Amino acid sequence: MSNLSRMASGTRFGIRCRVQPSSVKALEGKRCREILQIKWCLQTNTMNQWKNFSKGLLKENAVFALFLGLCPTLGVTTSAINGLGMGLATTFVLVMSNLVVSLVKNFIPDKVRIPSFIVIIATFVTIVEMVMKAYVPVLFDALGLFIPLIVVNCIVLGRAEAFASKNGVWSSIVDGAGMGLGFGLALTVLGSVREILGSGSIFGFKFIAGDGMLVFVLAPGAFIALGYLIVLANMLKEKTS
Amino acid sequence: MEYILIIIAAVFVSNIVLNQFLGICPFIGVSSKVSTAFGMTGAVTFVMVIATLVTYIIFQYVLVPFQLEYMRTITFILVIASLVQLVEIILKKISPPLYQALGIFLPLITTNCAVLGVAVLAVQKDFNMLESVVFAAGNALGFGLALITFSGIREYLELKSVPKRMKGVPIAFIVAGLMALAFMGFAGMV
Repeated sequence: MSNLSRMASGTRFGIRCRVQPSSVKALEGKRCREILQIKWCLQTNTMNQWKNFSKGLLKENAVFALFLGLCPTLGVTTSAINGLGMGLATTFVLVMSNLVVSLVKNFIPDKVRIPSFIVIIATFVTIVEMVMKAYVPVLFDALGLFIPLIVVNCIVLGRAEAFASKNGVWSSIVDGAGMGLGFGLALTVLGSVREILGSGSIFGFKFIAGDGMLVFVLAPGAFIALGYLIVLANMLKEKTS
Repeated sequence: MEYILIIIAAVFVSNIVLNQFLGICPFIGVSSKVSTAFGMTGAVTFVMVIATLVTYIIFQYVLVPFQLEYMRTITFILVIASLVQLVEIILKKISPPLYQALGIFLPLITTNCAVLGVAVLAVQKDFNMLESVVFAAGNALGFGLALITFSGIREYLELKSVPKRMKGVPIAFIVAGLMALAFMGFAGMV
């Protein structure tokens, strides 16, 4: 099999891609057919990858649809910037663990799958912990206990088990990025709502003088704000579908 | 007296679920029935106390002397994961009825952030060994108190007419918010 046709059959991208014979039948010459196949295959691959990426943003959003990773969602979103920081840290761990899990998936025996995934995830969490402590100490203090707790964030292990252990490298990275950014988006939105209502500012810029409704910065406000945001996300989903 | 204060602080003042936001996944996930809430509480109490004790010993006597504190996260999660497996095997052998009752909840506990959270907090707060165990037991009690009362309310909610879009998880969050508001009344007790 030539290099080109191997690319066309899609194994290189980790996504199985059907090549439509009918569309190339009319063409003469093997070379020409191969190029057309690759074009078609790449096109569907980018479309698939976009779907793969965008599903994490709203349709299968970790927080609003799957209700996973709720502890950091509620715990760190006292302000928009904390939510964004936590979202980015989780995205990094998700992408890297998905990458490594999809690389080593064939070497790990099925029985010790979960502990191995946890060790891989914990390694990247430790890296994030050390980097944040060194470069963004203020954010590190604000997020506190929830940085080591990324290890037990169900969304990270969930994607490793449900997606990366069954798919290729590239689509696993895309999936991790989409899921992580969707998680970060949810955290930033919740953090913004709580910051606006609770202290009349957003990303630290104060636009309402005086104190806001303090309850939204405290624990009860987190639960109530998330409850209403889930209702809003459901309405948005009904509209788009 | 000191130990009583630790327990009261863990159960009421800084409740692990309603104030510290740990263990929210089981709090929302397995709280639709009171009976399963009891099962989950039993399993969490069991694992949390043992895990805190074991991780405390490992941290103080292995990681600190060898200056490996940065390995804390990896070590603790590995210990907890293998401990859960061990508890499952031992329970199956020694007490089949208890295993039947807790069985399905045990695997879920590995990714329960309350267990890892309490183990890390106990080390961070510089407790001694007995204090750590009491702290873990108190937090488990607090988890149970929040989970069981919450599941009672959710059973009652099933019979009420809730707006269509609020059904299920959203209304549960708002109820949890009101419970957290009530628990804020304990602030300043200790």
